[in-house]
Amino acid sequence: MRPASGPDQRLVALFALGVALFNFPLLALFDRAATAFGIPVLYVYIFCVWALLIALLAIVIERPR
Amino acid sequence: MLEGYVIIPVAIAYVGVLFAIAYFGDKRADAGRSIIANPYIYALSLGVYATAWTFYGSVGRAASDGVGFLPIYIGPTLMMALWWLVVRKIIRISKTHRITSLADFVSSRYGKSALLAGLVTIIAVVGIVPYIALQLKAISGSYTILATHPDLALGGPRVVAPFAHDTAFWVALLLAIFAILFGTRHLDASERHEGMVAAIAFESIVKLVAFLAVGAFVTYGMYGGMGDLFARAAEHPRLSTLFAPLSGAAGGYANWAWLTLLSMLAILFLPRQFQIAVVENVNEQHIVKAVWLFPLYMLAMNVFVVPIAFGGVLHFQGTGVDPDTFVLTLPMAEKQHALALLVFVGGLSAATGMVIVETIALSTMVCNDLVMPVLLRMRATRFGGRRDLSGLLLGIRRGAIVGIVLLGYLYFRLAGEAYALVAIGLISFAAVAQFAPAVIGGLYWKGATKAGAFSGLAAGFAVWLYTLLLPSFAKSGWLPASFVTEGPLGFAVLNPYALFGLGGLNDITHAMLWSMLFNIGAYVLVSVVTTQGAAEQAQASRFVDVYRHASSQPDVHAWKGTATVPDLTALLAQFVGAERAQAALAQFARRRGYPDADELPADAALVQFVETALAGAIGGASARIMVASVVKEDALSVDEVMAMLDEASQRIAYSHELEQKSRELMAATAELRAANARLRELDRMKDDFVSTVTHELRTPLTSIRAFSEILHDNPALAVEERQRFLSIVIQESERLTRLINQVLDLAKLESGRAEWQASDVDMRAVVEDSVTAAGQLFTAKDVALDVSVPARVPAVRGDRDRLVQVLINLLSNAAKFVEAGTGRVGVSVTSDAREVSVRVRDNGPGIAAADQHVIFEKFRQAGDTLTEKPQGTGLGLPISRQIVEHLGGRLWVESTPGHGATFAFALPVAPQEK
Repeated sequence: MRPASGPDQRLVALFALGVALFNFPLLALFDRAATAFGIPVLYVYIFCVWALLIALLAIVIERPR
Repeated sequence: MLEGYVIIPVAIAYVGVLFAIAYFGDKRADAGRSIIANPYIYALSLGVYATAWTFYGSVGRAASDGVGFLPIYIGPTLMMALWWLVVRKIIRISKTHRITSLADFVSSRYGKSALLAGLVTIIAVVGIVPYIALQLKAISGSYTILATHPDLALGGPRVVAPFAHDTAFWVALLLAIFAILFGTRHLDASERHEGMVAAIAFESIVKLVAFLAVGAFVTYGMYGGMGDLFARAAEHPRLSTLFAPLSGAAGGYANWAWLTLLSMLAILFLPRQFQIAVVENVNEQHIVKAVWLFPLYMLAMNVFVVPIAFGGVLHFQGTGVDPDTFVLTLPMAEKQHALALLVFVGGLSAATGMVIVETIALSTMVCNDLVMPVLLRMRATRFGGRRDLSGLLLGIRRGAIVGIVLLGYLYFRLAGEAYALVAIGLISFAAVAQFAPAVIGGLYWKGATKAGAFSGLAAGFAVWLYTLLLPSFAKSGWLPASFVTEGPLGFAVLNPYALFGLGGLNDITHAMLWSMLFNIGAYVLVSVVTTQGAAEQAQASRFVDVYRHASSQPDVHAWKGTATVPDLTALLAQFVGAERAQAALAQFARRRGYPDADELPADAALVQFVETALAGAIGGASARIMVASVVKEDALSVDEVMAMLDEASQRIAYSHELEQKSRELMAATAELRAANARLRELDRMKDDFVSTVTHELRTPLTSIRAFSEILHDNPALAVEERQRFLSIVIQESERLTRLINQVLDLAKLESGRAEWQASDVDMRAVVEDSVTAAGQLFTAKDVALDVSVPARVPAVRGDRDRLVQVLINLLSNAAKFVEAGTGRVGVSVTSDAREVSVRVRDNGPGIAAADQHVIFEKFRQAGDTLTEKPQGTGLGLPISRQIVEHLGGRLWVESTPGHGATFAFALPVAPQEK
C-alpha cells in the first residue's frame, strides 16, 4: 500500500503552482524592458520563482513522515 | 592556440580518471559496499540530462532568443515535483518485473508484446542517433577551436579530415570502449551498472564546475558583474530587445509552454534518463533528495548562460564568431588557456556522459527488443540445446553499442554542418515525447490496450517523421527545399511546417501539437474500441495497482502449465551463465524454504521466477517466448480468466450468504431474547400467583386457628359462644376448601387437563338449576330475583355442570354486591340464530371502567382490597371466563358506576339445532 496520503497532494499543488507562475499571463507581467538591480526583470523573476519552487519542493518532500 | 600535444593528453587523462572511477565503483559494488547507494549520487547522475548541447548550445540559443532556452530546464523542474508520484511508481513496477529499458516497460505493460517493444526501440534509435552525432560534433568542434584559435572560429568553412585524423572518430571509439567495459561487463538480472553511474555523477560535477568557472570569469573578470554587463547590453540595439523577448515574438508564449511540456517529457523518456532514473535507481527513497537537488543543479547550470551569451555578443561584435562556441572562445580570446582547457574538459564530460549512458540504454533495447525476438523466432530449435548463450547476448550488446556510436559518427560525417545536426536536440526530444501517452496512460489507465498503444506510438512517430525529421533533411539539402516551402509536390495543405494550413508556430510547437493530437487520439480511440487479451489484462492490473500487490512477489496464479526443473534451470543458465543461474535458483529455493534448488517443485512460482530473471537479461517479451519454449504452457485463455472471475464472484456469493446467515442469526437472537423476557415474565407471574394463593389461604387459616385456640384455652365458655365460634371455624374451613378447589380447578383449566362432558345443553334448565341452588343466598339477604326465560331456547354445545357453575358464580357475585333489602337481581336469557346469551343484572354499586378488566384477573377484586373486607376468593370470574371461552363463547361485563352492573355470557348455538 502507498504510505498514507504523504506529500502527494502538496507536490501536485506545487506542480500546478509552477505551471501557473512559469506561463502566460503571469510571465507577461514581467516581459518588459525594465531592470531590477541592473538585471532585466524577466530574468530576475524567472530565477527567483525557480529558486522559490526548489525551496518549497525541499520543504515539502523532506518534511518528516 | 593550444597545441594538440597538450589537449589530447588532458582529454585522455580525463577519460582515464573516468575509467578509474567506474572501475572502483564496480569493484565496490561486487564487494557489496556500493558507493552509489546514496541520494546525492542519484541526483547528480540525473545531471546526464545536461549534454554538450546544454554546455555549448544554451549560450547559442540565449544569444538569439534571450530566455527562450530556459523552458528546457524549467520543464524538468516541474516534472521533479511529480517525480515522487510518477517515477516512484515506474521504479516500483520496474523492480517488480525486472524491467531494464523503456521498450521493455511499454511492452510489458501491454501484455509483453514483442511488436510494441520493437517499435519503441526503433523510435528511440531513430530519434537518438542524430543526438549522439551532435555530441561527437561538439567534442570534435571544441578540440578544433582550441587547436586552431584564433584562425578558425567554429562558424567558418570546415576541412573534413580523413577518418584516421578525425578526432571525432577516435573519440567515438573510445566512448564505445568505455560503454562496453562498464555497460556490458556481465549479464546482470537487474541490469545495473554501478561503476558507470559513479562516473556519470563525477562528470556532472566536472561540467558544472567548468561552466560556473567560465561564467564567473566572463561576468566578473571581463565585465564588472551582472549590472555592468546588462547595462552595456541595454545599449546594444539587438540585445536590448532580448530583455523582453516573449511578447514580441509570434506565438512566443505558446512556444514557451510547448517547449516546457516537451522538456518535461524528455527528462523522463529519453532512454538515458530512464536508464539513470529508473533502472539504475538503488532505492526509491533517493527520489526525496533528487526532487530538489536536481532542479538546484539545473538552476546553477543556467545562472551564467545569459551573461556569457551577452558578453560574447558584445565582445565579438561583427567578427562572426559562432555563439555556440562562446564558452570556449571567450577564455581563449582573453588568453586564459587553463580556463579554456577546463571548459573543454567540461564539454567533454557533458558529451561523454550522454553518449555512454545513451548507448548502453539503447544497446539493451536493441538487443532485448529488436535482435533477440527475431533470433529466438528464427532459430528457436537451435536454442533448444544446452549451449550457454550469455556470451552471445553480451556480444549482441557490445555490437549494438559499437553500431550505435558508429551510426552517430556516420550521421555526423554526412550531416556535417547541416541544419539537421544543429536543430537535432529538440527534434530528439520530440521523438521520445511520443512515448508519453503509452507510458503515463499505462500507469494509470487499466483499459489502455496493446492495439491502442501501438496505434498511438505509430501515429505520433509518423507525424514526427513528417513534420520534423523530413524537413530537417530538406533543410540539409537531401530533399528538395520546396518540400518545406511549398509542401510536397506543391500541396500546400501538406506543408510539413504548416500541416493542414496551421501556420504561425515554430516547427517544434507545430510538430508537438499535431503529433500529440494524433498520438493521444489514436491511443485513446483504439484503446476504447479494442479489447484486451488475457495476458494484457493481467499485466495492466499489475502495473496500475502495483502498490496494492503486496510486496514484490509477482502474482503467480495467472498461469497454468507444466514444466520440469532441469529444463528451467538449463534455460536460465543459457542466458545468464550456469554459475549465476545456480546461485539465483539456490537463493530462490532458500527463500521458499527448500534446502537447495534440486528440491524445488516445478510450479507456477518457479516458472514466474525464471521468467522474471530472464526478463532482466533479455527483456520481458523475449523471456516470455523462451519460457514458453520449455514450458508446456496452456495459454491463459479467456475462458480461464472467466473461470477466475467466476471464482471471485463465487466468493462474493459466499460472503453474501455469510451476511445473510449472520442477519438470520441476529434475528434468532432477538427472538430468543424476547422469549426469554416472556419466560421471565411468566416466572414472575407464577411467583406472584403462588404468593397470592398462600396469602389467600392464610386468611381463613388464621381465623380458624384463632377461634380454635379460644375454644381450647377457655373450657368454661358458654355453650352459645362455643357454638358461634365453632360455626365460624366451620365456615372458614369451607371457605378454605372452596379456595383450594378453585385453585385446583383453575390450574386444571389453564393446563387443559380439565375433564369436559360435552353435550347439547338446554340453557333454560341451566338457569333453573342455578337459581334453585343460589336461591338460599337471595332469600337470606332479602334480595329480589327476577328470572326471565323465553319459552324456547336453542340448545348450546357445552358441559352442563360447568355452565351451572358459571351461572351460580355470577349470581352469587350479584347477591354479594347488592344492598340487603333493596337489592334486585335479574336473570334473562335471549337468543338469536347464532348465540344464546345469559345476563345477570344487579342494582349494586357498579364497577368503574378502569376495574372492568381487572376483575377478570386472578385474586383481583374491584375496589380497595386493603380497606374493605374481601368478599369471595377472587377466582370465580377468572374460572368462569376460562369455562366460557373454552366452550367457544365469551363473558363480559357492562356497568356504569352507581347504576348496577350486568355480567353476561354468550355461547354459540349447537350446530345441529340450525
